[in-house]
Amino acid sequence: MSKETTEFKPTDWQSPEMKARIKRRYRKEKSFRVMGFTAVIIAALFLVTLLGKISSDGIYGFFQTSIDLDVPFSEAVIGNPRDMDADAFEQQVMRTNMLRLINDALVKEFPEVKSRRDRRELIRMVSSGARAQLRDMLLADPSIVGTTQRVRLLASDDIDQVRKGKINPEEAEANRKVKDRELAWYNKLVEEDRISLNFHTAFLTHGDSRDPEMAGIWGATVGSALTLVVTLAIAFPIGVLAAIYLEEFAPKNRLTDLIEVNINNLAAVPSIVFGLLGLAVFLGVMHLPRSAPLVGGLTLALMTLPTIIIASRASIKAVPPSIRDAARGLGASPMQVVFHHVVPLAMPGILTGTIIGMAQALGETAPLLMIGMVAFIVDIPGGVTDAATALPVQIFLWADSPERAFVEKTSAAIMVLLFFLIMMNGLAIWLRQKFERQW
Amino acid sequence: MLKMATEFENMTDVRTAKMSAKDVHVFYGDTHAVKGISLDLHQDEVTALIGPSGCGKSTFLRCLNRMNDTVTTCRVEGTITLDGENIYDPKIDVVQLRARVGMVFQKPNPFPKSIYDNVAYGPRIHGLAQHRTDLDEIVTTALEKAGLWNEVKDRLDSPGTALSGGQQQRLCIARAIAVNPEVILMDEPCSALDPIATAKVEALIDELKGRYAIAIVTHSMQQAARVSQKTAFFHLGDLVEHGDTTEIFTAPKEERTRDYITGRFG
Repeated sequence: MSKETTEFKPTDWQSPEMKARIKRRYRKEKSFRVMGFTAVIIAALFLVTLLGKISSDGIYGFFQTSIDLDVPFSEAVIGNPRDMDADAFEQQVMRTNMLRLINDALVKEFPEVKSRRDRRELIRMVSSGARAQLRDMLLADPSIVGTTQRVRLLASDDIDQVRKGKINPEEAEANRKVKDRELAWYNKLVEEDRISLNFHTAFLTHGDSRDPEMAGIWGATVGSALTLVVTLAIAFPIGVLAAIYLEEFAPKNRLTDLIEVNINNLAAVPSIVFGLLGLAVFLGVMHLPRSAPLVGGLTLALMTLPTIIIASRASIKAVPPSIRDAARGLGASPMQVVFHHVVPLAMPGILTGTIIGMAQALGETAPLLMIGMVAFIVDIPGGVTDAATALPVQIFLWADSPERAFVEKTSAAIMVLLFFLIMMNGLAIWLRQKFERQW
Repeated sequence: MLKMATEFENMTDVRTAKMSAKDVHVFYGDTHAVKGISLDLHQDEVTALIGPSGCGKSTFLRCLNRMNDTVTTCRVEGTITLDGENIYDPKIDVVQLRARVGMVFQKPNPFPKSIYDNVAYGPRIHGLAQHRTDLDEIVTTALEKAGLWNEVKDRLDSPGTALSGGQQQRLCIARAIAVNPEVILMDEPCSALDPIATAKVEALIDELKGRYAIAIVTHSMQQAARVSQKTAFFHLGDLVEHGDTTEIFTAPKEERTRDYITGRFG
């Protein structure tokens, strides 16, 4: 007893070693904090640079230059609507080359330009889309025939680039696309206050085009939406049911272990491999239509399935066993335990996993390239079997185009894609909070 | 002498047991957790299962309504009968069995639903109520029997998980008796509760014993003495001794029992 008391030595909390140890501990913590903070700052800088670059470029994609011209809708060119019935007038308008109207307007504006070649160059300042614009005006209101109207016509992409300051007039003439003479015409129009930069709704409502000023994102947006609908319709039920079965009903044996390992491996398979699979199975064997959202959706569903299954299994596993016990103890059948208690509690996690998978699918290009959704498609797809393209593929196509003006269209399309991704992630957060319950 | 003999007979053989276990062995893989236990549960009686941790009493309890079925490595041998029917018979519907043999767990585990839905869940899945009014009646009665009605009658729509620990446990008991079981198994129902909540649950058990055969696993000797009429002492998977609670606590036949209840080991 006495020996024990003599051997007992109280810890000296004030000893220099102890103080040094405490100091070292604080130093370590401080350096860790500094490193962590630096990491966050670097990541934030990258993000800001990326978003800043994209939006500073992309914002121009939503605006387009127009030229105000006094267009004489002369009866000599179009014919007199009072002399014919509505159908005949419509046919007449469709037959008429609206370039003649634009030509007349430009002749009035630039009387000094005489030669045919110069005239052709002059007319190229106006977008080819202006013809459709004039045609629509005439069909909407035939009474304008015989009058001269000031019309805001879409400028060509080169003039648009000059207006946006993307073409430097100081540069040697040989190195720039817009020549000195065109610049002179442009400056004259600017002086007369006929050039304006306006918000371009057609970018959001039109399909793709070879002309950057006419190209729009709507076709690709609809294509993406249809593709995602197919993906969701296939991947969500299959993924969730597979997860429920594997987690709650399947016997734990070698076979299910093998399946589990394979699902985890599938999640890491490069997406282009799924594209090849889709090409071989859906197009090669099943002969489904090429370039269609149906095939794109099926292919992306294959890619999304592992993500959904893994996320769903994890959230099903996270449901406390006490809830299962409680339901079983009351005489609930295994089905009732799962569908009355486990699945509702796992729903927030399942939905989050699904939306993350969907967001992944929305941003995926490679598998769509393999099944032909990379085609140049002008029409807005009307159904899942129509030829279509998707937002990321559209970005890829535009980034590949030689016209200078497609650079800003590419960035603008990225902004649209990011907008949808942010909306989907917002939806995921909202759903999680809505379904989340305490236990 | 004669009187004592009849009393003895009364206690053991004459009355038919509600549930009866005969030579029950339970294995978890290679572990022999319960080694040949024979025990009867009677209607109108509370049987306390006591013993040190890991002695197999919870395992045995969970065999009585086949909650061990979901443990894949678990194997049960011997016979357990409910009203003379072997509950491990393949013909027995385990879902119905669990409705007849209800269970209350160690940790209160109300569903993350409203108080009403917690109690109504069992009757709903078993189709015990034809109309909404019948269901209301069942819920009210169950909550009254569980002594919770006065505390929650104004907030039946609030979540069951928002109640205090003791209230949650009584809610779980109400939920169990709402399906009108014949036997109630309680696995340390008061281990997560404070003394006041424990007292309420014990009073409730006392109240309930007239209607159900109750088996309760407990680590508290005082609780076993207070609420039970029969006590069974488990040790290392064996049933060391069982009999009248008063007898076990005043004159245990086995030395291990005496050591345990006097706190010398365990």
